[in-house]
Amino acid sequence: MDCGTEVRRTEFLPTDQLSTLIATLRADGFRTIGPTIDQGAIIYDEIESADELPRGWTDRQEAGKYRLEKRDDDAYFGYVVGPHSWKRFLFPPSAVVATADRGDAGWDLRTPDHEPPRYAFLGVRACEIAAMKVQDRVFLEGPYVDPIYKKRRDAAFIVAVNCTQAASTCFCTSMQTGPRCKGGFDLALTEIDGGFIIESGSAAGDDVLQRLPTAPADETAFARAESARQQAVDQITKTMDAEGLRDLLLQNLDHPRWDEVATRCLSCTNCTMVCPTCFCSSVSEVSDLTGDHVERHRQWDSCFNIDFSYMNGGVVRNGIRSRYRQWLTHKLASWHDQFDTSGCVGCGRCITWCPVEIDLTEEVAAIRRSPGDPSRPAADTESKP
Amino acid sequence: MTNMAAACSTIDPWLAHRATVDRMTAETPGVATYDLVFADTEIAGRYSFLPGQFNMLYLPGVGEIAISISGDPAESSRLPHTIRVAGNVTRELARLGEGGSLGLRGPFGSSWPLDDCRKKDIILVAGGIGLAPLRPAIYGLLHDRDQFGQLTLLYGSRTPAGLLYTQEYDHWRSQGLDVQTTVDRVTDGWNGNVGVVTTLLERLVLPQPENTALFTCGPEVMMWYTIQSARECGIPERNLFVSLERNMNCAVGLCGHCQFGPEFICKDGPVFRYDRVASILKVHDL
Amino acid sequence: MNPPIQQTLPPIARKQRLAVFKFASCDGCQLSLLDCEDELLAVAEAVEIAYFLEASSHFEPGPYDVALVEGSITTPHDAERIQEVRRQSRFLVTIGACATSGGIQSLKNWADHQEFLRCVYARPEYISTLNDSTAIADHVTVDFELRGCPINRHQLLEVLKSLISGRRPRTPTHSVCLDCKRRGTVCVEVAQGIPCLGPITQTGCGAICPSYDRGCYGCYGPAAQPNCDSLTSQYLNTGSTHETLIPLLHNFNADSPPFRDAGNRLRQSAVLDSSGGRP
Repeated sequence: MDCGTEVRRTEFLPTDQLSTLIATLRADGFRTIGPTIDQGAIIYDEIESADELPRGWTDRQEAGKYRLEKRDDDAYFGYVVGPHSWKRFLFPPSAVVATADRGDAGWDLRTPDHEPPRYAFLGVRACEIAAMKVQDRVFLEGPYVDPIYKKRRDAAFIVAVNCTQAASTCFCTSMQTGPRCKGGFDLALTEIDGGFIIESGSAAGDDVLQRLPTAPADETAFARAESARQQAVDQITKTMDAEGLRDLLLQNLDHPRWDEVATRCLSCTNCTMVCPTCFCSSVSEVSDLTGDHVERHRQWDSCFNIDFSYMNGGVVRNGIRSRYRQWLTHKLASWHDQFDTSGCVGCGRCITWCPVEIDLTEEVAAIRRSPGDPSRPAADTESKP
Repeated sequence: MTNMAAACSTIDPWLAHRATVDRMTAETPGVATYDLVFADTEIAGRYSFLPGQFNMLYLPGVGEIAISISGDPAESSRLPHTIRVAGNVTRELARLGEGGSLGLRGPFGSSWPLDDCRKKDIILVAGGIGLAPLRPAIYGLLHDRDQFGQLTLLYGSRTPAGLLYTQEYDHWRSQGLDVQTTVDRVTDGWNGNVGVVTTLLERLVLPQPENTALFTCGPEVMMWYTIQSARECGIPERNLFVSLERNMNCAVGLCGHCQFGPEFICKDGPVFRYDRVASILKVHDL
Repeated sequence: MNPPIQQTLPPIARKQRLAVFKFASCDGCQLSLLDCEDELLAVAEAVEIAYFLEASSHFEPGPYDVALVEGSITTPHDAERIQEVRRQSRFLVTIGACATSGGIQSLKNWADHQEFLRCVYARPEYISTLNDSTAIADHVTVDFELRGCPINRHQLLEVLKSLISGRRPRTPTHSVCLDCKRRGTVCVEVAQGIPCLGPITQTGCGAICPSYDRGCYGCYGPAAQPNCDSLTSQYLNTGSTHETLIPLLHNFNADSPPFRDAGNRLRQSAVLDSSGGRP
């Protein structure tokens, strides 16, 4: 969808009309995906009405810990980000990329041409919009386009929500991705007493907005929204110094900190799975017993898996040290070379969902405190030819 | 280096095309060359590749592997792939036999920079099966023989029986390629050189090292010593090219497997100018 | 032109002969084969089931192309029998936690088995058992192992499919966490504080337990390169006790070296703690 960066129109949507927004999107043929409570967390799943939203709930997050708590108000979006990210809808955990059927003349090879669902995402945060833009670079803007991602992304309608609070794991301000949504959405909400400031950011957003029972937003509402958004900024305490980070890491590929973090890291893949930008995958063959009908399943995979770097002759990254280093240097350093952006949006999921509380901002800070000798770089720090 | 990628954004990168094993030729113990042809003549007509590029060969239910094309780029109707039996896919391919059906996607990746090396002396240094990705470059160089200076192939193998394409050496020599071979281990009847391939390079007289280019493909450690020797011979780093290998899954930079520092071997490589990867080649386990 | 000799394997002209052997075990893994209801007929058609006492009293003598071996070695007789099974089998696959790591019965390796015999049997002198329950791989070369208590039907079918097509089976070696994430299960450790062995346990089950709000208890055994000590020290720091963690590790795969050693270290530190020593 055309998601310009300009706010085209701003209105006030009363709290009790949030359901109308959801109903309108559903009437337009979208599958509405939004936050809902399940398994002790706020996850993203299909919702049919505002009743399924985590109204009155919040999340408390720290390294290795996530807990739901009751709020003392009945805000709809009074939480931060949870274990899921929208990537599971745009880049599904498992997808069929091709099929093969044995015929008389040999293999009949095809790629699926079915249309995926048209998703409307409700409650997309600024860091998550940034993450989509990062994955756009990977899947859409390189020499080859991923057809599965493209169909889903093109069809998606994005209802963003501006954060009004932050978790202790948030550091979007360091990565300059939030907390304010500045484009990349069709509609954006800021939750205030009695309703939402609703902005449209695209023609598709205009079209939905003009069909909603909104009222003009007055100065008081604008001021309340501004102060709610400022509260999120004020609550962010975590920082990661992104200045020169690429060169710092690539100059320190043999830093002793990699050995130290390897004693703690489980290589369990949790950080890569919850990361909204990690895009690694593997294709496996799924066939019937005759072997005549085969589907090629692409599944999420992770650079933390040993088999991931397997070649004839052995495994390239045959230790937790080299796998953690691969993940962090890719995310924060070589991503710049590959996609002209950092791979980190500062959402903090990898910190919260690490079972042993590894915090990438601390790993970066440790290397920054005692960098190796930059006169003997372990890797090229100049731009590529 | 040429990247084919720009023209590829409209195709479904996952779609393989039906191909047939037209001919299998035994090469060395455990290694054979499979000439593949597309079943669909329209696809065959569209297909072209550059020396050094690779295809993904797909056996449904078994798996898919990246294999360099080892044939003549001027004759892309028949696509030779020289393959050593190493895992499930290669074993099954060996069993498939002539007439067998498989899937083929490609070509992918960068190529040996023949066009940029015109007027230069060119040295090709290969180890073992690493000659296969260089053979298209040999054909290309010999097609335009007058465009290049002195042409040398330095080729090392563990044993004499491991030398690939021996039946072609005389023809290559007659067309102006100096073919020199060496083996690590002598067996009966071998009267040639013994020792690692870098000794051939050290012995070579380079009339104009600054105007010489070197392409190398083989085990990483062999390429590393080759590069060091080449630098000592005075060949500039910008004229050194290596072909690297990593686990490839998607072949188009979307799956993450083949990353080597900032590089995706599948789409930035497999052929790299040495100075682009020099520093990361030194890092263990990268 | 003839195909190159060195590179071509003989074509599979006859059906592969399959044998299923049982050692000390509960039969649950063998039952997984019978549990392949939808595929069972196709399996029976595609391979010759030459020896499978659980399913048929009729059996054919060896040699066999593939042997599925269930159970651990706990008696002198079985220690000899597995040698014969190995001699008769071209490709030997151990199935289940008992066969791959000694099983739940390897808990006796930490105890006095004579005492167990006295407790259980009226006439213990008639019972001939070994001190330890050990994995098949401790006795003979194993070509492939299928983990789990019990094994997973789909992984078993992968072994049978590979047998039919003459290739090596493939099963993933990554952690359970990856599968929790793929299926959308929220981490029970991070969100609920439930100690879970998922991060150090090999996948294969499809991450069932966490989807029912309980922690993984490691029935597929250790994942590749598991960092057990980091996980156990984390759990001790966040409120778990030795009393919960030791039986979590010393469980269905108690005798698999990573779980065995990590559990032993916890036992030692528990002793030190209770005796007032430094952990």
